[in-house]
Amino acid sequence: MDILIAILILGGLGLVFGLVLAAASKVFYVETDPRLDQLNECLPGANCGGCGFAGCSAYAEAVLKGEAPIGKCASGGNECAQAMAAIMGVKAEAVTRKVALVRCSGAKSYDKEGNLLKGARVKANYEGFHDCLSASKVGGSGPLSCKFGCLGYGSCTKVCQYGAIKVVDGVAKVDEDLCVGCMACAAVCPRNLIIPVEPDRNVVIACNSMAKGAATTRACTVGCIGCGLCKKICPKEAITIENNLARIDYSKCDNCGLCATVCPKKLIKDSNVENLPDPKVEPINGPMV
Amino acid sequence: MQAIIGILIAALLSQNFILVKFYGICPFMGVSKKIDTALGMGMAVTFVMALASAVCYGLNLALVALKLEYMQTVVFILAIASIVQVVEMFLKKSVPALYKALGVFLPLITTNCAVLGVVLVNVQNSYNFLLSTVNGAAGGLGFTLAIVLFASVRERVNKADCPECFKGFPIALISAGLLALAFMGFSGLSIF
Repeated sequence: MDILIAILILGGLGLVFGLVLAAASKVFYVETDPRLDQLNECLPGANCGGCGFAGCSAYAEAVLKGEAPIGKCASGGNECAQAMAAIMGVKAEAVTRKVALVRCSGAKSYDKEGNLLKGARVKANYEGFHDCLSASKVGGSGPLSCKFGCLGYGSCTKVCQYGAIKVVDGVAKVDEDLCVGCMACAAVCPRNLIIPVEPDRNVVIACNSMAKGAATTRACTVGCIGCGLCKKICPKEAITIENNLARIDYSKCDNCGLCATVCPKKLIKDSNVENLPDPKVEPINGPMV
Repeated sequence: MQAIIGILIAALLSQNFILVKFYGICPFMGVSKKIDTALGMGMAVTFVMALASAVCYGLNLALVALKLEYMQTVVFILAIASIVQVVEMFLKKSVPALYKALGVFLPLITTNCAVLGVVLVNVQNSYNFLLSTVNGAAGGLGFTLAIVLFASVRERVNKADCPECFKGFPIALISAGLLALAFMGFSGLSIF
């Protein structure tokens, strides 16, 4: 009998609380726009912050309020933009996929005696926080002779949620299959080396050195010296030399890859041409600068 | 009046729910990284503890009348969970700013053992309605005091240069222990 009463009391209490909650959910019902949930579903939910908002739901809210344009989600790409446009009843322009590119070719390789064969020259041993910003702030603009090159302490690796950027031989390298183009890495790079490029671009200039040719040559075997051979050979006049550094205007470039064949430093990457002949470089042996 | 003052001092200092009785350690460790969120959590817990104490006082009267005292714990848990749900819905409707600020901490209060603890303490000490509610509110304020103190300690400790093996939770647990040790100094304050 006692057990029956106990069961009844507990069941009754549960029923009462349930009814109170049901009533409360009616009384305190907050109307939310059903489109908000739909927008949230379109977004990848990685909260990478590439759109400039605090996360995917913050971006969805901003789109709903009309405060943000559709198509800011690099991770979701074109598919996501079109789906969001369909929900909001507008047309979205096609979003092309972009991936990050590290504009530095100074990956280092040494011979058995420790002489630099290829890559950027290290002028000092840096001992401190394993972080690019800290390394770039020490006296003499960091441990590299080159004031523009990748420091290789992996600040970009740490912020990448997708495991798409790794430091190989002292230079960050992007895995284009894994990269979604959120550009979180670009925001932390103290040397502003990382730019978005379309992944089907064959021709990219992987150097950021704006020092004069002689200084660049002393600092790195693969630095752009601004010789202008690529500019001369380009049939589309897409390449300009500014501040001793070649730049490609992608609105003119047609991916022919001629520039990659003439670059004496072989720093113009062309994914169409697999094996370019190695450029002839003298190993740098002199005293440390 | 003397009883109320006694309860206030006990709940805030000498019998502090976290640092002396060790109730509600999970939010104490989990939500104490920043002073702002710690304060928000403390206020929410205070509100729920006071409300739960009042409601459970009535429920306990009914249970005693039916000689079902052995069901106190399960009934109280049921009541606390419902109260937290109602509070959440109420805040979502009426104070959306606070609702957003508290975020996930609000439903987490359901599993905060300090709330259940204060209700059971009320029953054990056979407090009347007023004293129960005062004990609930004061217990919540004691929780707030402890978590805000601890959050401010942690904010500084995080910036301090401590050995690699102690970084993060180990040093936080040690600071919590030292804080609890400091609160032992209040144990002489019990006046009832």
